[in-house]
Amino acid sequence: MVDWADTEESGGRLMTAMKVRNPIGRKLLDRTVKGLSVGASFLGIFFLAWILMEVTNRGIAAINWDFFTELPAPPGEDSVGLSSAIVGTLLMTVLAMVIGVPIGVLSGVYLSEVARGTRLANGIRFCINVLMGVPSIIVGLFVYSILVLPMGQFSGLAGAVSLAVIMLPVIARTTDDMLILVPNALRESALALGTPKWKVTYDVVLRAAKTGMITGVLLAIARVSGETAPLLFTSLNSVYMPEGLLAPTSNLTVTIFNYAMSPYADWQQMAWGASLLIMVSVLGVTIFARAAFKERVK
Amino acid sequence: MGSIIKSTDDDVMAFLGKASEAKSEAVKVNTKKSDETRARTAPAKIKITSRNINFFYGDSQALFNNSLELQEGKVTAIIGPSGCGKSTHLRILNRIFELYREQRVEGEVLLDGKNILEKSMDVLELRKRVGMIFQKPTPFPMSVFDNVAYGLKMHYKVGRKELQDRVEEALKGAALWDEVKDKLRKPGMALSGGQQQRLCIARAIAVEPEVLLMDEPTSAIDPVATSRIEELVESFKNKYTVAIVTHNMQQAARISDVTAFFYKGEIIEVGDTREFFTNPKNKQTEDYITGRFG
Repeated sequence: MVDWADTEESGGRLMTAMKVRNPIGRKLLDRTVKGLSVGASFLGIFFLAWILMEVTNRGIAAINWDFFTELPAPPGEDSVGLSSAIVGTLLMTVLAMVIGVPIGVLSGVYLSEVARGTRLANGIRFCINVLMGVPSIIVGLFVYSILVLPMGQFSGLAGAVSLAVIMLPVIARTTDDMLILVPNALRESALALGTPKWKVTYDVVLRAAKTGMITGVLLAIARVSGETAPLLFTSLNSVYMPEGLLAPTSNLTVTIFNYAMSPYADWQQMAWGASLLIMVSVLGVTIFARAAFKERVK
Repeated sequence: MGSIIKSTDDDVMAFLGKASEAKSEAVKVNTKKSDETRARTAPAKIKITSRNINFFYGDSQALFNNSLELQEGKVTAIIGPSGCGKSTHLRILNRIFELYREQRVEGEVLLDGKNILEKSMDVLELRKRVGMIFQKPTPFPMSVFDNVAYGLKMHYKVGRKELQDRVEEALKGAALWDEVKDKLRKPGMALSGGQQQRLCIARAIAVEPEVLLMDEPTSAIDPVATSRIEELVESFKNKYTVAIVTHNMQQAARISDVTAFFYKGEIIEVGDTREFFTNPKNKQTEDYITGRFG
């Protein structure tokens, strides 16, 4: 219906009265979507809380002074600990960092600062993304074939290398992402002072992206500290305190795997303890990384 | 129609009046010094000559056969609507555009008679002589002191004491010393926007450049900070050759000796600032400064 509203309000223009939509449907949909998303997030948090509680409840009993200081023992003995596994995991993680962090950071610097926008850089970035998606067990098999087989034995070194291979793309990608966030104006003003390019990268760009990159490195460490599959093929496990990294090396995750599968209650107990230790460490590193990142945003 | 033109022309006259007022006040501060040096540099020497510059962003051409001269010790303002190539022209003079591999220049730029676009030119040395201030203040992620000391330490061998003196001198030259003398160890980012921009100016003049390129140095800061920076630019006359890109015509009128008008990648008109604003020779220039477009 056309309404010729030649009144003062309409200024004498042609007005068509529009049929108003009933808003109830939209409101209902709005509430449903909101309800579903809230429900989904709570479900996720619920499982996280459940895991935390379950691991804490079962693991806390295994955690005592001996747990950190004593060597693993056969089932049934009183005084048992996982000191060798803790030391082994720390050693391999540190060595993995020593290998993975410099290569990862330098790759990120190459992608963002040296070769930005080139086809080669885009190709490498794609490969890095693919490498990030490679299942860790395949990384383990790869290192098994290039290190363990030629060397004739499982070793902590091979374990560290496999962890480094897993860290590498994560660190390269985070570095790349963080450096790209650094505004070009900062690079330009450093260059405009007559600064050579490498010095701009080192003194200004990396410094501006420092906190974000540290966060990335910490998260990469958190990620590899829970890896089991690659270690099964590389470092294997041992009950002895590591003496160098050229022999099978004791570590927490494979120990959890072995102990949890065993029929002995005290070993199963130790596995829960080790799980709790890893979980708390990862949580600690993540929270620390978060806190550091927040500071940067400020 | 006639009355409209008249009224806009009146506006131009009005703002020029204001501008010259502000100018005379700012100049008063160093009149004595200016008089002395003016006598010395009486016939304007050309510091930078750009000849037949064509500039390309990938396939699209941004500058068309630009030729511009910057007189030694003078302030040259570059004005024009957005996207007309003002900043592009400036960014050729210290070859900073080379950071982006798709950007390319043709032509020649003579700095004291030597073509800086030649491969043999030492870019680091060029940038030491031709400093640049950017639109947004960009303090480095380090302390106020280290920001200013950064370029200094890179280009000069200085002892600790001398470094401190030079940093102080540069900060004074940028009219920032009194505000930061107790905050030298604080991060440069902790300063206000206007202070950060003066910190960048201090950082640039600390390496003792001959030319200062300023790419809209006041467009990201507040009016009070802007007027302080304009005063600074006034104080730079006769000391540095300054080229300043600005969106603000009043600013160009207030602080420059020579004004160049860019439009669609071409230089339409260059002239003595007073002459340029009061008696533009080109119709497009007149249309632009009277606010009819742009």
